[in-house]
Amino acid sequence: MAQVREPEVALADTEALISGSEAIAVACKLADVDVITAYPIRPYDTVMQYVAKLVSNGEMDCEYIVAESEHSQFEIVKHASAVGARVFVGSSGVGWMYAFEALTVTPGLRIPMVAMVGNRALDDPGAFGVEHNDALAVRDLGWMLVWVDTAQEALDTALLAWRIAEDRRIFLPCAIGCDGAFLTHSQSMVKIPIPEKVKEFLPRYDRGDLRLHPDNPITIAPQANEDWVMEIRKQNDAASRRAPGVITEAYADFERIFGRKYGNPFFEEYETDDADVVLLGMGTMSMPVKVAIRKMRKEGKKVGFVRLRWFRPFPTEALQATLGRFKAVGVIDRDYSFGSPYFSGVVANEVRTAMYSAEKRPPVVGFICGLGGREVTVPAVREMTEMTFRAASGERLTDTYWIGLRE
Amino acid sequence: MADAIETYPVPVLDPFKGVKKVPLEEYFTSGHRTCQGCESALVMKLMVKAAGPRTIVLGSTGCMYVANTTYYSTSWVVPWMHTQLGSSGSAGLGTAAALKVLMRKGKIPTEPINVIAFCGDGGGADMGLSAISAALTQTEYNFLILMYDNESYANTDIQLSGATPWGAHTTFSPPGKMKRIMHRRWKKNVAGMLAAGHPECKYVATVCASYAVEMMNRVRKGLSIGGPTYIHSLDPCPKGWDYDPIQSHELGEMAVNCGIWPLYEVENHTLKLYGRSRGLAEGRTRRLPVREYLNRQGRFAHFTDDDIDYFQSKIDEMWTKWLVPGVIPFASDLRNDKVPA
Repeated sequence: MAQVREPEVALADTEALISGSEAIAVACKLADVDVITAYPIRPYDTVMQYVAKLVSNGEMDCEYIVAESEHSQFEIVKHASAVGARVFVGSSGVGWMYAFEALTVTPGLRIPMVAMVGNRALDDPGAFGVEHNDALAVRDLGWMLVWVDTAQEALDTALLAWRIAEDRRIFLPCAIGCDGAFLTHSQSMVKIPIPEKVKEFLPRYDRGDLRLHPDNPITIAPQANEDWVMEIRKQNDAASRRAPGVITEAYADFERIFGRKYGNPFFEEYETDDADVVLLGMGTMSMPVKVAIRKMRKEGKKVGFVRLRWFRPFPTEALQATLGRFKAVGVIDRDYSFGSPYFSGVVANEVRTAMYSAEKRPPVVGFICGLGGREVTVPAVREMTEMTFRAASGERLTDTYWIGLRE
Repeated sequence: MADAIETYPVPVLDPFKGVKKVPLEEYFTSGHRTCQGCESALVMKLMVKAAGPRTIVLGSTGCMYVANTTYYSTSWVVPWMHTQLGSSGSAGLGTAAALKVLMRKGKIPTEPINVIAFCGDGGGADMGLSAISAALTQTEYNFLILMYDNESYANTDIQLSGATPWGAHTTFSPPGKMKRIMHRRWKKNVAGMLAAGHPECKYVATVCASYAVEMMNRVRKGLSIGGPTYIHSLDPCPKGWDYDPIQSHELGEMAVNCGIWPLYEVENHTLKLYGRSRGLAEGRTRRLPVREYLNRQGRFAHFTDDDIDYFQSKIDEMWTKWLVPGVIPFASDLRNDKVPA
């Protein structure tokens, strides 16, 4: 375990070499989380190992409960949050799917919850490596979904996630997608803010007249049926529509208090200013993609990269404005959506949908790459870039292309 | 780590000394849509009357959720929240954990607050058993799990559960031309299993609302003893058991008197049979033949004399062969086991 201990009163931000999982554990400590539930599955569970050490060393004051299944793990924090406790939870792959019933009811109940998903391929066949299908499975249910790239971004985004999820205008759960192994287990230097800044940034979680307590005797989640379900669903929709504004507000405050800039909260643009074509993807694939882009730029190829952070809420208008500037877009999915339009991955079809009403609609080429934790290699990125250039020159590439696939 | 196992205070809930000492205040009132003669609705009413107003109730999916919480006409006066079918254990645990930490951190006033998570037999004996079992090992948290056992998934049209008696006619086990007995599993011994399997759990009890004061006092004990506790209530169900609703109370009494539903409590590891069950165990009262109990219920109408004899023999075993009569179903011969020379 790397060094995270701070002096009694930290006067300035410290820096530590830690993994993405540990960065989120540190965020839990900084956010003074009240209830945390753990259940083992690789690769997310490293975060709970760090949390357990923080608790056993007396560095963190929370109820740390080891559940007997993911279903219970998510149900326990759901109920704790209903009483007004700040909660943290997480899972990976089929573990996340085992909790699916709890995942379904949590946004419906308007329960703020921050979950780390150590993205992992769904069984079977078994694979420990990253695929995004686990977290993406909740995309229609009201969960906010954000993918991060580095340990620093993981720590920062966790703090942002509590701030956004616990905002009364939102009150929805938020899952942070962390690519298994590439982020959960890779260390990098992370700036750890002093607790005072976190206190300023992150107000107390206040459920107000929705808290479950004898002083506030309410009935939560009754049988509503066709009489009221549609109106209640519409309230969830309204919260999802408010989310982009609250996210923008939170990032602006984050920048002001912590001094770290993320620019556009919803996606990162890399070498896009003069780009003819761009690739688009989520998570840690950004590293090989950026390396390949630097090489191709030297060869005079004007290619850029858009790394999508927030998948829910989906930044439709911002993406329309950005992607409309290019001659073609190649979307790299680290997931699959069998039988879907174009047999594409999930992200490619979301991008297509978002662009349909745009004034400028560049062709979208769908790629599936890096499944099961397979590396997205520099040659693979070159291949996808070249195909995207061909689409920019008018070639119809409407199928979905599996890159790095063995014959 | 003594500080880590401290829980917030539990209430003082002395037993009601007779029905006239029971308060008049109701915390489960009008607005529900349970069937005529529904014993489980009475269990809800008595349960929360025994607990009092400083109580949070979590209800897992089942009759007592669907029928009791129609939007805009909730029957709950105390705070109530739905939990998933298999989540009564997790709901009690999560709620108690939040109360504990928020009190410790000074975010809410420190005071005794009762947490009751209830489930039906489908939610408890089947799907939620694992979560209940895990919850009963969490000794740092105070909550009561109450199972209202009406011996079927009664809300979804009477399907058999792990707590349905052998041979009973349910919509998933209808007697037919080729098979008279479709349900060939004996009812799970849930309370005995939970008492024996969770040595740190301070209180497990079986109750029947036909004995209302006894039942309420067990709830008060379960809430005031500290840590996670479990109470199992047998609830006659006019719809699922197929009898005239006026007979609910009487059927509960018959279940106790024929020995199929032993009333006992395990308090701080000490087993005590109480009420009529105690007399049965001590041989002071004779067990009622189960035939009379079965014949009152349409769900056993297809039974032949052989079926009834078999059923009687299984109940006889409970009282004559079990290591702890009515509670622990190991053969009594275990007592004579000697360590091999």
